[in-house]
Amino acid sequence: MKVDRRSFLGLGLGAVAGVVVSPVGLKLTDDSSIWTQNWPWTPVPVDGEISYDNSVCNLCPGNCGISVRKIAGRPVKIEGLAGYPINDGGACLHGIAGLQYLYDPARIKTPLRKNGDKFEKISWAEAISLTAEKLTDIRENKAPQKLACITNKVKGSVPKLFERFLTAFGSPNLYTMPSLESNLEMTAQTLHGAGNTIGFDLENSDFVLSFGAGLIEGWGAPVSCFKANASRKERHAKLYQVEPRLSNTAANADKWIPINPGTESDLALGICAVIIKNNLFDASNFKGGFNKFAIMVQREYALAKVAQACGIKPDDIEKMALLFAKAKMPVAIPGKGRGKNGQSLKEFSAVHTLNCLVGNLNKKGGAFIMPQNDYLSFPEAILDDAAETGAGQEKLASSINDLVAKLAAAENPIVDALFVYNANPCYSFSDPKRVKEAFKRIPFVVSFSSFLDETAMEADVIFPMNTFLEGIEDVPSQAGLAKNVIGLARPVIKPVFDTKDPGDALILLAQALGGTVAENFEWASFADCLEEVTLDIWDALSEEGHVLVSEGAPYGTPLVDFTFLSTNPATIQAQGDFELTLIPIDNMRLTGTVPAVSPFALKTVSDKVLTGTDIVVEINPVTVKGLKDCGDALLTTPVGAVKVKVNFNEGIMPGVIGMVRGLGHTFDNKFVSNKGVNVNDLIGPVIESGSGLDAAFGIKAKISKA
Amino acid sequence: MSKIENKNENGSMDGAGEGTGGDPKDDKGLGLGVIFFMVAFLVCFLSGWLLFPKLLYSKREQPFNFDHVLHTEEVGDCETCHFLREDGTFSGMPSLESCMECHTDEPMGETEDEAIFAQEYVAKEKEVPWFVYSKQPDCVFFSHAAHITGDKPMDCKSCHGPIGESTTSKPYEENRITGYSRDIWGQNIWGIKKHSWDRMKMDDCAACHKEETGHQGYCLQCHK
Repeated sequence: MKVDRRSFLGLGLGAVAGVVVSPVGLKLTDDSSIWTQNWPWTPVPVDGEISYDNSVCNLCPGNCGISVRKIAGRPVKIEGLAGYPINDGGACLHGIAGLQYLYDPARIKTPLRKNGDKFEKISWAEAISLTAEKLTDIRENKAPQKLACITNKVKGSVPKLFERFLTAFGSPNLYTMPSLESNLEMTAQTLHGAGNTIGFDLENSDFVLSFGAGLIEGWGAPVSCFKANASRKERHAKLYQVEPRLSNTAANADKWIPINPGTESDLALGICAVIIKNNLFDASNFKGGFNKFAIMVQREYALAKVAQACGIKPDDIEKMALLFAKAKMPVAIPGKGRGKNGQSLKEFSAVHTLNCLVGNLNKKGGAFIMPQNDYLSFPEAILDDAAETGAGQEKLASSINDLVAKLAAAENPIVDALFVYNANPCYSFSDPKRVKEAFKRIPFVVSFSSFLDETAMEADVIFPMNTFLEGIEDVPSQAGLAKNVIGLARPVIKPVFDTKDPGDALILLAQALGGTVAENFEWASFADCLEEVTLDIWDALSEEGHVLVSEGAPYGTPLVDFTFLSTNPATIQAQGDFELTLIPIDNMRLTGTVPAVSPFALKTVSDKVLTGTDIVVEINPVTVKGLKDCGDALLTTPVGAVKVKVNFNEGIMPGVIGMVRGLGHTFDNKFVSNKGVNVNDLIGPVIESGSGLDAAFGIKAKISKA
Repeated sequence: MSKIENKNENGSMDGAGEGTGGDPKDDKGLGLGVIFFMVAFLVCFLSGWLLFPKLLYSKREQPFNFDHVLHTEEVGDCETCHFLREDGTFSGMPSLESCMECHTDEPMGETEDEAIFAQEYVAKEKEVPWFVYSKQPDCVFFSHAAHITGDKPMDCKSCHGPIGESTTSKPYEENRITGYSRDIWGQNIWGIKKHSWDRMKMDDCAACHKEETGHQGYCLQCHK
């Protein structure tokens, strides 16, 4: 027998036939189909018991109640908490995307120390001892007032702890980032005296006169405002929106009144003049300066003059004034966009004066004058001589902007160390380059931050902070809400990284400093501190997760002092000589300050706002000849020039260019950064005398085909 | 008939002559070819049947041995440890927390396995990384509640077999391609089953649904 070609053919055919009739083919087909439908490298969420934890969101001043769905102890979804007095089950897109912040690429995972241009990881013990060493040097140099601090808010125990730390250390230099709440407090202080804030009863008002407030674009407590706006039709309530562009709020309003940018205070005072002229005001609670004010507005804000300045017909202003004054429960609300940046005290006061004139203070559907922070009782501060001398000195500056200007002007460092808590002035202030330069003139900057953002990048030491899902914090309602609710944000997950609550970091730091500073922080943890300082409400707060301190109109009628406005403070003018005006636009889908927008929320932004990595500006087609819709253009202001895309929009007044706020981050986050332009890079600060606020509502600009 | 057709016809005739007619030596070649065919067929067929499963599955031991009999004698039934939660979801493998309702880091009995459990898992508060014989791919939705409650509740045994009567944990045979247990396809590589619990493939679900409800079900009922 000879083994030939046929033998091998037989062998091959036999092998094939053997495999075909064996189970191999069937089984491998089945297995490969399962494999391809369940790629082993695709993560599969862990299965387990489903539970819900209630907490409070503090991503924005809205402080909504949230219910966090967890599987096997891991948070997987955030929903609005039904029955919560602020949002009653509602939630905004930033809140529901809040889980992304836990695993954000820019999260700071351990304490960091700057070494040259880079950060190196250190332990908490090293970070605390390093900072304590620097602070001890400052105290030993007998200049404790040279420690300054910037916090993001005015209300709650955390800002109070920073204040307590500074006082015990010996410094009066605590500064707060501008917010709707701080602007309202300043307004309340100007018109009604210190220690108050203002709430607007939007859900009951029958006529809301909004001076650019983005009621459905993130103003105030956003979800509460959405709900009040949604119920407007049922309640037969009217909304008149005064602003230069047809925003979502304006489109949703009963009437949109386009106004020249920056003339809102003129219009408010013009309406005051009409109300006074027609004797439609209630003078029962006027305290001082009213006569002078009445004469001033009649003279300076006569109808024709205001109409000319604002670009609104005199008849329309008069009609609006009469409607407002004759409404049963009218309320006027200040604060363009989110009411945070670029606001002036004159404008806030002028708008709130409308509420004062028509006598709707502390009445249903009107404006409520409410006390602040009255639920906290800290033990009296213990001060040594250095602290008493230092803390008793004058503050270095009236505001952060003023501090930045003074730092830039001084030859030697006027601040030796700076704490920054949860704030990003190196991004959110006008012309942030100057803030970064000023920070470089401070020898030691400590950042208390969850994210390595533009400001944290400027720090020498970073204390990594818990996010709102990992820590405990009392969060009082704020930002124009007409209810007083104290919420408790509680940990729904153990810290994902080596992070702490700001209160705990301060306690450790104070104890490392020793002496009287440590005596003021003799708590084992921030949770213990919170329990002690909220003593009266702690039981209810810890059991229920919130305490509704007051709802409905407060008792009594507050007095109104017209002195500030009666001097007719100057109206802010936009910087520059160009013909057009660039204004920032607050968009609900983006955030303004800290934290930066989440990857999820950024994906929801329209391509009329951001296309690819290019920012799109709104401009009326009649404004400039030669531009093309969707085309490229060069936008120039006295501060800078950028390439932009153009969106022709007939809903923006001719002569005005709108650019969204909240883009153009430059820190290390591949999902969010380097997309579009930071509008603040194009706007210079315009400081309002008296208030110290940066009241730059925009800037003069020109635009040409690129 | 054209020249080309003639050529083709001749060509094929030639080929056929070589293959089938011709001299008797070629028959021997064919005979050897058949033998080779048979041998290769048998080797491959038997390998596919007997050797292939051994290569396809890797054997992995459970972290420690678990005695179902011992536990059911103590707690009475399956539902004590494998229960439906209040919201209708199924607890599946008991968590360490459930085990610790009875166990502590001091062993209750004298078995070596309990000692491992107490020392390695209870004392260190670590979940036991059990291999789950009945784990299905994530692309399948399955509700235990829909099957074991209601008018015609199914017995655990119908799908999981007499696992409650086991005193030892058998090795977990993991499919090297899919990562799932051999018990899903079934021990029989041909996919033949004697009992309802021998296989847990989609066709088995469909067959039972067809029998019980008159319809095998729609794709999106399970593949949501």
